[in-house]
Amino acid sequence: MSQTRLIQLEADIMGKNALFAAANRDRFTAAGILALNLVSSPGSGKTTLLCRTLTEIAGEFPVAVIEGDQQTSADADRIRATGAPAIQINTGKGCHLDGHMVGHAVDHLSPAEGSVLFIENVGNLVCPAAFDLGEGARVAILSVTEGEDKPLKYPDMFASADLVLVNKVDLLPHLDFDIEAAMANARRVNPRVRLIRVSARSGEGMGQWLDWLRAARAMALASRPVVEG
Amino acid sequence: MHEMAICESIRQILEEQARSAGFTRVERVKLAIGALSGVEPEALRFGFDVVMRGGVAEGARLEIEDVAARAWCMPCAANVAISARYDACPQCGSYQLQVTGGEDMTIRELEVL
Repeated sequence: MSQTRLIQLEADIMGKNALFAAANRDRFTAAGILALNLVSSPGSGKTTLLCRTLTEIAGEFPVAVIEGDQQTSADADRIRATGAPAIQINTGKGCHLDGHMVGHAVDHLSPAEGSVLFIENVGNLVCPAAFDLGEGARVAILSVTEGEDKPLKYPDMFASADLVLVNKVDLLPHLDFDIEAAMANARRVNPRVRLIRVSARSGEGMGQWLDWLRAARAMALASRPVVEG
Repeated sequence: MHEMAICESIRQILEEQARSAGFTRVERVKLAIGALSGVEPEALRFGFDVVMRGGVAEGARLEIEDVAARAWCMPCAANVAISARYDACPQCGSYQLQVTGGEDMTIRELEVL
């Protein structure tokens, strides 16, 4: 008759994803690549904002795009129309991208040194929050057609964001959306977050967002380890 | 919603442990889940039974230890208890809080055969 025994573990359940994310991060750091994890709810205007961004920075520095969606390659097609190389990941039943999927996509894309890699996560404010992809910064997009209380309803996502882009601000005159309250709510769950108001349609705030992007890219490039010889 | 993916990770860790620690069956799994981990224990229980089928932990008992959320309040310079990320400091009402505990998602203990 066999006896049961106890094993003390303290194993991090997300440990495996953390390993894949760390490998991605090392790779990005070594090549001076700025990887951005773009997260939002469906319909925030994330892809439109990304297309406009790619058009405005075209030729300035190399870019690459990973598109995460449950199904279809529609978004990757929209991105490719701007001239940027893009790869689509269909997560199927999955609700988020993980470090492993992104690693494979990076193998296929092989982004150039000093490029900006935009990773457009699945439109979902819940699950992607828990999965580190190895990104240099996490950018959350909140559109003014949503509620001001979104940061409080989905605190994990907003707490982990480095930058929040408040999108579709051209619609503000037609809405009851209280943008100050929305920004205060984001700061409440994340005192260190940066907030920029943008409109992918009118172009408002695009300059500020592109300045942030250029600065973040310059930082990634400057922190690249120097290889002797 | 990502509880299924978390259960898949747990299964992988258990299968690896079975090989390295030399056991064939898991009778009981004890997890520590923080109040701020974003995981719903009930959804985890549901996913656990389904995902463990056909593996070393099929039919295993799942115990979940809740880990309370704590934060460092900068104005108070003290560790305080909170219940959500957007809570104010219960002592001074400030939102200048740095979460220090309750984000755990670990496998603490296994009872194996």
